[in-house]
Amino acid sequence: MKVVYKSIWDLPAEELFASGHRACAGCGPAIAMRWITKTAGPNTIVVNATGCMEVTTTQYPETAWMVPYLHVAFENAAAAAAGIDSAIRVMSKKGLWSSGKTNVVVIAGDGGTYDIGLQSLSGMLERGHHVLYILYDNEAYMNTGIQRSGGTPRFAWTTTTPVGKAIRGKIQAKKDIMGIVMAHRVPYAATATISNIVDMANKIKTALEYTAEGPTFLHILAPCPPGWRFPEERTVEAARLAVETGYFPLYEYDHGKIRLNPPTSNMVADPKRRKPLREFLKFQGRFAHLTDAEIEELEKEVVANLEYLAKLASL
Amino acid sequence: MTAAAALQKAKTTLALTSNYAVAYAVKAADVDVVAVYPITPQTTIVEKIAEFVDDGELNADLIHVESEHSAMSAVVGAAAAGARVFTATSSQGLELMHEVLHIASGLRLPIVMAVPARALSAPISIHGDYSDVMNTRDTGWITYIASSAQEVYDTVIQAYKVAETALLPVMVSYDGFLMSHTTEPVELNDEEEVRRFLPRKDRPNVLRPEKPITMGAFAMPDWYYEIKYQVQEALMGSLKVVEEVDAEYGKIFGRSYGIVQTYRMEDADYAIIAYGGAAFGNAREAADIAREKGIKAGAIRLRVWRPFPTSHLLKQLAGVKAFAVVDRAIAFGSSGGGPVFLDVAAALWMNGIDIPGLSVIHGIGQRSMYVEDFVKIYEMLKSGERNKVIYMGLRL
Repeated sequence: MKVVYKSIWDLPAEELFASGHRACAGCGPAIAMRWITKTAGPNTIVVNATGCMEVTTTQYPETAWMVPYLHVAFENAAAAAAGIDSAIRVMSKKGLWSSGKTNVVVIAGDGGTYDIGLQSLSGMLERGHHVLYILYDNEAYMNTGIQRSGGTPRFAWTTTTPVGKAIRGKIQAKKDIMGIVMAHRVPYAATATISNIVDMANKIKTALEYTAEGPTFLHILAPCPPGWRFPEERTVEAARLAVETGYFPLYEYDHGKIRLNPPTSNMVADPKRRKPLREFLKFQGRFAHLTDAEIEELEKEVVANLEYLAKLASL
Repeated sequence: MTAAAALQKAKTTLALTSNYAVAYAVKAADVDVVAVYPITPQTTIVEKIAEFVDDGELNADLIHVESEHSAMSAVVGAAAAGARVFTATSSQGLELMHEVLHIASGLRLPIVMAVPARALSAPISIHGDYSDVMNTRDTGWITYIASSAQEVYDTVIQAYKVAETALLPVMVSYDGFLMSHTTEPVELNDEEEVRRFLPRKDRPNVLRPEKPITMGAFAMPDWYYEIKYQVQEALMGSLKVVEEVDAEYGKIFGRSYGIVQTYRMEDADYAIIAYGGAAFGNAREAADIAREKGIKAGAIRLRVWRPFPTSHLLKQLAGVKAFAVVDRAIAFGSSGGGPVFLDVAAALWMNGIDIPGLSVIHGIGQRSMYVEDFVKIYEMLKSGERNKVIYMGLRL
């Protein structure tokens, strides 16, 4: 990670994501959008997959986007971005593009990335387009209700994985999207979240710089108050606890090398520094039904995942 | 040497399939971005374009996408950024694009796509009919159906001017295999002249950081209808653009086709309306034979399917006693007839004209269509067969 911003005082002041959009109070993804646009700057074209952010920010004839913005459909944001990347490169060669270096950034939710958009993401990564793909992960399909996606964690309640007598929440584990992306051998991929803004902003800067070589990817955890069923003033706290309990580790994949970032790296070095998973789960309605045994099972998965990442980082 | 003579000298004639004719037209149009996924019988178009790009004859970026859905999505992105784009597909590939076809017209993007028409699954068939093209009927695309390799070449070039003037996507279709893989002589234009015919113009609504716009917004019930109506208005108005561009092209390059093409219609009592290469070719030959048998036969070809050329067609049908439409697609479960027949019937009814007609379904999955079949259609019209659907060539 290139450290461009040392503290919050260094972060860009210019706003490129307007207030007054229609996202819910306490919306985690909206916080992510604000910092993504600020950090990427005005010479950026945003390609947005269908999802909460598209629906809440572009209600015609209004828009929250102060950068050029394109929404095509749910599953093809990566393909549309590939077309824009191609267009910019060819038109620059032909003298038909006068805007100079322009970032192409995809913003897509977990449904548009883990599930329906996985094919176009894979194609874009394989072909080596100069595109930064940002996944904002609120762990379910949130704009049409709260339905499970490939990013929904095990045991979580959603409207399509209700807590019933026979089956209690989602059966399957969350898909390892970073693993899938890293398997494409992209120059750079990283995880980030809205509670660690400086870390996130530096990762956005790094990822954008590396797009000169090829596609880059950011997995940003963006908690959703109505979907996760917690009070709207606790969004940033939810994200912070996700990191501090090891539920959402912060790490980078940089040219084949994995590096854990603080505080994840600290808790791997000293397991006592990891908070119990219960602290992340307990204030969320989607996990309210969990038994102690189930929490313990999830905790084991968290520990196993940290050990797995630590091993990868040691290679 | 006069300018016209110099131009004549610059022309070359090559033996080309319709697919190769498309590739040469794309090269002449100096396209920027091509995104395609291989599918039969489209594939040789992009193979030829790939040769042009790899040999440095065409300065374009060829995106080897992972699906037709992504092919259409990538050209939507590139066109939104202001690039001149091209893609091609057939059959299932066109179906996979279907969702994005609506988006291309809704965003008013001047995309040009070639579609050698092919039958749809199931059962899978790689052969030609127009089931795929007819399924795109309501997507808001201007749709040509050409009937010779020369016309395919000329139409693709015209399509760029039409698309960039009307701000609508354009599909150039023709018979899969029967044309896509059949070699014909094609006179090529001087490329410099084509580029003068297709000057680069700045479009107002493109993705540029210096003037940010939001494309593909979310519209509530208070706006959605108006925006979609604008597509309808633009599409209906585009027929005039199609006509003007064809005339201008004719003046410069010496070839034009009009909106409907006719054969021996001057005094015809009975008309066959057809589209594509094989059907119109057969209808023309059959008209000659029918005339020898004393039937005043004529043939009409629809060169433009969307927008439907109602007035052009009605002008031709004005004096006939009966007509038949040969459709190479089935409109499953319709009120009666193939897809084009339904539009012809609607055009007549909407204008208070009562001419009896036959809906003939033929050539499905490239079932052979014989000239004698078309002669038989003229004979049926003459003998008073009326208002029914005939599945011709079907083995019962």
